Amino acid sequence: MIAKIKELMTQPERIRNMGIAAHIDHGKTTLSDNLLAGAGMISEELAGKQLVLDFDEQEQARGITINAANVSMVHTYEGKEYLINLIDTPGHVDFGGDVTRAMRAIDGAIIVVDAVEGVMPQTETVLRQALREYVKPVLFINKVDRLIRELKLTPQQMQERFVKIITDVNRLIKRYAPEEFKKQWLVNVNDGSVAFGSAYYNWALSVPFMKKTGVSFKEIIDLTNAGDLKTLRKKAPLHVVVLDMVVRHLPNPLEAQKYRIPHLWRGDINSDVGQAMLNCDPKGKMVMVVTKIIIDKHAGEVSTGRVWSGTVKTGQEVYLISAKRKARIQQVGIYMGPERVNMEAVPAGNIVAVTGLRDAMAGETVAQEPIEPFEALHYTSEPVVTVAIEAKNIKDLPRLIEALRQLAKEDPTLQVKIDQETGQHLLSGMGELHLEVKLYKLKEDWGIDVDVSEPIVVYRESITKVSPIVEGKSPNKHNRFYVVVEPMPDNIYQAIRDGEIPEGRPKDKKAVAKKLAELGMDYEIAKGIVDVYRGNIFLDNTKGIQYLNEVMDLLVDGFHQAMDEGPLAKEPVMKVIVRLVDAQIHEDNVHRGPAQIYPAIRTAIHCAMMKAGPVLYEPYQKVIINVPYEYMGPVSREISQRRGQLLDMRQEGEVMTIIAKAPVAEMFGFAGAIRSATSGRALWSTEHAGFERVPQELAIQIIRQIRQRKGLDPNPPTEKDICPQF
Amino acid sequence: MAIYFIGLGLYDEKDITLKGLEIARKCDLVFAEFYTSLLAGTRIEKIEELIGKPIRVLNREEVELHFERIVLSEAKNKDVAFLTAGDPMVATTHADLRIRAKQMGIESYVIHAPSIYSAVSITGLQIYKFGKSATVAYPEKNWFPTSHYDVIKENKERGLHTLLFLDIKADQGRYMTANEAMEILLQVEEMKKQNVFTPETFVVVLARAGSLNPTLKAGYVKDMIKEDFGKQPHIMVVPGRLHIVEKEYLVAFADAPEEILRRRDL
Repeated sequence: MIAKIKELMTQPERIRNMGIAAHIDHGKTTLSDNLLAGAGMISEELAGKQLVLDFDEQEQARGITINAANVSMVHTYEGKEYLINLIDTPGHVDFGGDVTRAMRAIDGAIIVVDAVEGVMPQTETVLRQALREYVKPVLFINKVDRLIRELKLTPQQMQERFVKIITDVNRLIKRYAPEEFKKQWLVNVNDGSVAFGSAYYNWALSVPFMKKTGVSFKEIIDLTNAGDLKTLRKKAPLHVVVLDMVVRHLPNPLEAQKYRIPHLWRGDINSDVGQAMLNCDPKGKMVMVVTKIIIDKHAGEVSTGRVWSGTVKTGQEVYLISAKRKARIQQVGIYMGPERVNMEAVPAGNIVAVTGLRDAMAGETVAQEPIEPFEALHYTSEPVVTVAIEAKNIKDLPRLIEALRQLAKEDPTLQVKIDQETGQHLLSGMGELHLEVKLYKLKEDWGIDVDVSEPIVVYRESITKVSPIVEGKSPNKHNRFYVVVEPMPDNIYQAIRDGEIPEGRPKDKKAVAKKLAELGMDYEIAKGIVDVYRGNIFLDNTKGIQYLNEVMDLLVDGFHQAMDEGPLAKEPVMKVIVRLVDAQIHEDNVHRGPAQIYPAIRTAIHCAMMKAGPVLYEPYQKVIINVPYEYMGPVSREISQRRGQLLDMRQEGEVMTIIAKAPVAEMFGFAGAIRSATSGRALWSTEHAGFERVPQELAIQIIRQIRQRKGLDPNPPTEKDICPQF
Repeated sequence: MAIYFIGLGLYDEKDITLKGLEIARKCDLVFAEFYTSLLAGTRIEKIEELIGKPIRVLNREEVELHFERIVLSEAKNKDVAFLTAGDPMVATTHADLRIRAKQMGIESYVIHAPSIYSAVSITGLQIYKFGKSATVAYPEKNWFPTSHYDVIKENKERGLHTLLFLDIKADQGRYMTANEAMEILLQVEEMKKQNVFTPETFVVVLARAGSLNPTLKAGYVKDMIKEDFGKQPHIMVVPGRLHIVEKEYLVAFADAPEEILRRRDL
């Protein structure tokens, strides 16, 4: 097997890098396992039970997939062998970061949709993430056996259901696909970019397969009703049908890199290295992007990533572009399920696992020579929940620090901070479950027992009107900055969330300014774009200020500080536009160092925010609950008790689908509450639903609580407390 | 009552003027700051002994952010002395302190003392030929200032000398040496490549100005960077066009190589 893989690795037209993405519980892990089994990577009997890609014991215990893992396999299609690199991605909303990173590495994705449930909110999220990264989708409609055996639908009714799912998926593709692929990438039953079947019972069908083999849907229905699983999987083997679809409809790296590179990489496409990536050239200079880091008990940190050009080799000297470090590649390998197999070299177009990149973070660009880094990976959600933890045993403290550092490195959506007042570690994540998983890891992988606080919601601070011009002075008074803050219009904020306006300091200011102008900002103002940070914008609208360039990096740092901890309660700031409109800067650089510039710009921004109607926002969750009709009452009661709103209710047979929205702060303990309210009959999932303003009377109370917790004077600050006195 | 800004001069406790000493002795309270420059030849106890009063030394934050509360509030009904190394109006921050005193309705007076701006004349370089001064700062994260390089360039183009102050981080006990400053400037040259500060550049270094045994050395960066100039404080001058007497003086007092007398391009 290894020999075959090695041979195919050097033929990019025979490679498919793909992933499987779906709403939670629609069955992607079962699908992955049965594909692997079919390809001879694990035994057929184990498949469906073993969940190989769930190689964290924790994932198996929970029955959901948490970390994207990678595996290579070989599939034969029309007499030729193909190397298929499969990345499994988690479906739970709390792990959105992992999904986004995985999308960077792959060129195509199987979107799995449960035939019973249809397209669900998370289906839309993962599809959007895929299309944003220029990942081409194909569709697998799963759990068709349930339509046959449980719902006892007629073939006609089933067909209607398929058509509806396909229409829904295509509607999403039309909405989110890049302009040039809006038509081309629509899925279609007749050309075989849609397959349907049952991952669990290991069978699938597609139109081309039925034509080729003469197997009919009727036969399959009969076999399913008769319970003859053996014949079923022989007649319509899942892996053959699905992998045929993958080989035929998903692009190989040669094709994909032609259009993906110009969109994912902002460097000069005509440079040598640009051309090497465009052409997936194994002889060019090596460039790879790390998409995931895991800690292997023996090998240490293993970085998995996509090789865009050149060949990754043992002993190679490389640059970590964002970390600004050099490193030497030690082991080079690929994954076959949970096992990593060492190789001497892995060429462009493949997924590689390497050791030796000590300072790499997920998302890092690794290259043989310093180049423009790849565009920052776009995360769809930001941390909304924090817990404070303390080692039970003080002896564990140094190891706890090390463990937290590693966890944060493996998962950039996890934030670790030390509370300066209490000395506690603050762990922030994208939901209660996300943090529970990390805490479980601390205990299981590191053997560290910790005391954990109640989860705390991470609020946001923002403003409601335009401020007057506010002056901020440096402590030595020799530097003055004049700023105005403005509330950010929703459409600009949305463009940042969607990655249309990338976070960070734009290389191409004109392009960003144009985009802002399209969204309604005055072009003359937009042209001053300096930085985009956590959903806030910093603009330089000054003209001809001497030395401003020399302090610009410091101003941006100071802007970040001001946005990380807002004036009301030191919570992160969102949806604020900061405009620098004038400045006076001292001649000599020693009088305009960091200690002078940071406080000057920070106070200016915070004081301006205090004069701009500061408000508190809180994170909301969308809750999707499936429950038998008779439990309707208790469920809506549970929602309304939590300041929730019902958005939609649908009935299908005896089952109600309830869609509601509630503040994250009120959702703690929902799992237990809903279980007892419905005798465990509710199936539910959540997703991030953005931020909304906290009602004023509640806001004051919450600000007091936050400030108290942070060891600040609990009284909400007034303008006088924040603005300079003289 | 009033606040007196009193200069301590350059090197030890005896550089204060007689007028400054008399006033300090009469004041009710004495404050001092040493974060803008270093009085290398003395200790705070010696100054206290001389004045006959305890001195409260303030750090940068206390001066910049809390001057009103700590110092000026006292000056409302007491006479207060504020001691600084060098001349009080030359270390640039203190102009602002006078403004703040005025805003609070407090009279302020300035008692001068020797400053590096006059003491640099010991290099033999003529004072009226100096252009803009600059400070070479220790680089920090996201901050590698290079404007001193531009200042040297502008001055040179006009034939003027550049006086370079070297960074002081009193809170960390770091005082930049001329050797460190040359390293930093060579790095800037690497980045900017405008042939302003190279191993062939002629520089003058003055260490411990104001003491009886200052070190004065002149030469090319490639040689000077290896020299040991003794204890800090150091300053450095990058000369513009040199007058023949300036050259003769540097050869006589600063061990400058004699070939500079014949060089037309210096």
